[in-house]
Amino acid sequence: MSGEASLDLRLPIGGLFAVLGVMLAGYGLATASNTEMYVKSAGLNINLIWGVVMFVTGLVFLFLARRGARTT
Amino acid sequence: MDPVLTHLTAIDYAVMAMYFVFVLGIGFALRRSTKTSSDFFQSGRSLPPWVTGLAFLSANLGAQEVIGMGASGAKYGIATAHFYWIGAIPAMVFVALFMMPFYYGSRARSVPEYLKLRFDEKTRTLNALSFAAMTIFSSGISMYAMGKLFNLLLGWSFDVSVLVSAVIVLAYVFAGGLTSAIYNEVLQFFMIAFGFAPLVFLGLKQVGGWSGLTARLSEAAIGNGQAAGAYTHAWQGMTSASTNPLGVEWFGLVMGLGFVLSFGYWCTDFLVVQRAMAADSMIAARRTPLIAAVPKMFFPFLVILPGMIALALTGTAGGIIPAKMNAAGQPMLDAAGKVVMDFDLATPMLLIKLFPEGMLGLGLTALLASFMSGMAGNVTAFNTVWTYDIYQSHIKKGASDEHYLWMGRAATVGGIALSIAAAYVAGAFNNIMEVLQLVFAFVNAPLFATFALGMFWKRATGHGAFWGLAAGMSGAMLHHGLTLPRGSVPGIKGGFFGLLHTYPSEMAQTFWTAIVAFMTCVIVSIVISLATKPRPDMELKGLVYSLTEKPVDSGIPFFKRPLTFALAVLAMTALLNIIFL
Repeated sequence: MSGEASLDLRLPIGGLFAVLGVMLAGYGLATASNTEMYVKSAGLNINLIWGVVMFVTGLVFLFLARRGARTT
Repeated sequence: MDPVLTHLTAIDYAVMAMYFVFVLGIGFALRRSTKTSSDFFQSGRSLPPWVTGLAFLSANLGAQEVIGMGASGAKYGIATAHFYWIGAIPAMVFVALFMMPFYYGSRARSVPEYLKLRFDEKTRTLNALSFAAMTIFSSGISMYAMGKLFNLLLGWSFDVSVLVSAVIVLAYVFAGGLTSAIYNEVLQFFMIAFGFAPLVFLGLKQVGGWSGLTARLSEAAIGNGQAAGAYTHAWQGMTSASTNPLGVEWFGLVMGLGFVLSFGYWCTDFLVVQRAMAADSMIAARRTPLIAAVPKMFFPFLVILPGMIALALTGTAGGIIPAKMNAAGQPMLDAAGKVVMDFDLATPMLLIKLFPEGMLGLGLTALLASFMSGMAGNVTAFNTVWTYDIYQSHIKKGASDEHYLWMGRAATVGGIALSIAAAYVAGAFNNIMEVLQLVFAFVNAPLFATFALGMFWKRATGHGAFWGLAAGMSGAMLHHGLTLPRGSVPGIKGGFFGLLHTYPSEMAQTFWTAIVAFMTCVIVSIVISLATKPRPDMELKGLVYSLTEKPVDSGIPFFKRPLTFALAVLAMTALLNIIFL
């Protein structure tokens, strides 16, 4: 048994969510004036809203990974 | 009409590409730490329980599940949640408390290997061969479904999507083995959760919340000849098969689905058990299924609700769920002249209708992710069973660890090649796949009886187990061959040996087939075990409940013990059933 896995899974999860969050939120901002596009999502700019949610989630994972790396 | 249902834009493709960069990156990063066969097949037994727990859940959460549960939600309503609350949670609690100590505590590296330690070589081989065939078949079906769906939605070429996804799965499993598959399953879990939560949110907003959904669905229920609340109450009309949308009475549901089928799957299927066996300690392995059970009980809201919302938004003037087309391109009609809906498209179509570009990319990536992790899960279970239970025990014993690691990688390539072949067979010969599916249903039905007797009755013998299994499988086939669901003709649906009984629905027939297989297996195993020579107690230490030291949890604060956790899980599940009574 080689023991410890070499990669903390929280890093790629956090990284992916942070990047996707920035992409979606950025796209949401760029298309914010396009009301026609957001008719299907009940008038909500779901790209911006969900992009921010994913970005924050990503940061939480990255923070947990960093804290984990410090304690061990 | 445009043959393709929607088009993606640059942002959608960018989201998708970014996901695959991370998927491949994980495989690449793990490549260096995958040095021994234990690393490759068992993750070196080093993963924390939250990782194995989410992978335990996610390995089962293939796209067929996401799409199939959406389809059932549109067809049966919230009663579909029985597949979670009755058909999964109790079994997950049971495997955690009572079976994990044997799987993790014995020296077994796979579920078939446990059968070898407890019973004998022939029982293991029977289980290993049928399991290996089944994994290839499932991963092939998964590829086929993916290729077909993305062709229909986006016009992607079937060949290209099958090959590209196969190569990606191959790359990361080949590099990082089980750890790589597990990490990607956890990543996929979060993608599904974050891709579908906004879908349900927007969907509920469109139909006017839960009360709006209830109102619309009671109209739909009455239109389909059901009671008004049939689609929004899980237990309404369950006393008789003819008064609920599932067409099953409560006893068949609880015994067939809740006991035989669900315990057979969650407690003996190496695909899920392998995830728990990769945990870093006994207590972590016992917590794995319990951690999985918590999100599992809430998954109906993510995967079944989209189907129900799609149905609610499908009015008479055409809506979300399209009609099923016949070969001539005309909508199919049922016996009553009503249009037959293609329920499998309920969830994908809802994604397309509610998500603007950007989010659409995220939702479709989540779907793609679940197809691929379904493949990877099957491939990792296959390469382990092939290498340890078939190759090492029958073809080449006593080779070096390096050799088995090499074999595992070769089996990964071989397994994926066979899956691709299975995907094309599925496309060319629909009937073969239906027959195979049926055969596997027969093979699986009695499994839990064998494991339960093996673990809790020390008198059970290898001969008893083997012949009990064989008899259970035959019993399942015999029952299926002698019964039919109402309105079907003899053939694949049953009745090929004659007709003794007609069930109100296919689901009822399936559940009762499982019950018959289980009972046959129990009786034959007991009779033959009593007639054959038992193994001495000494040899069964660590393999049978009464001869194994119980894990001692008194050193752990009571709220951290698996038993406390398990009771909390069961209480929460009971509460959900009461809320949606």
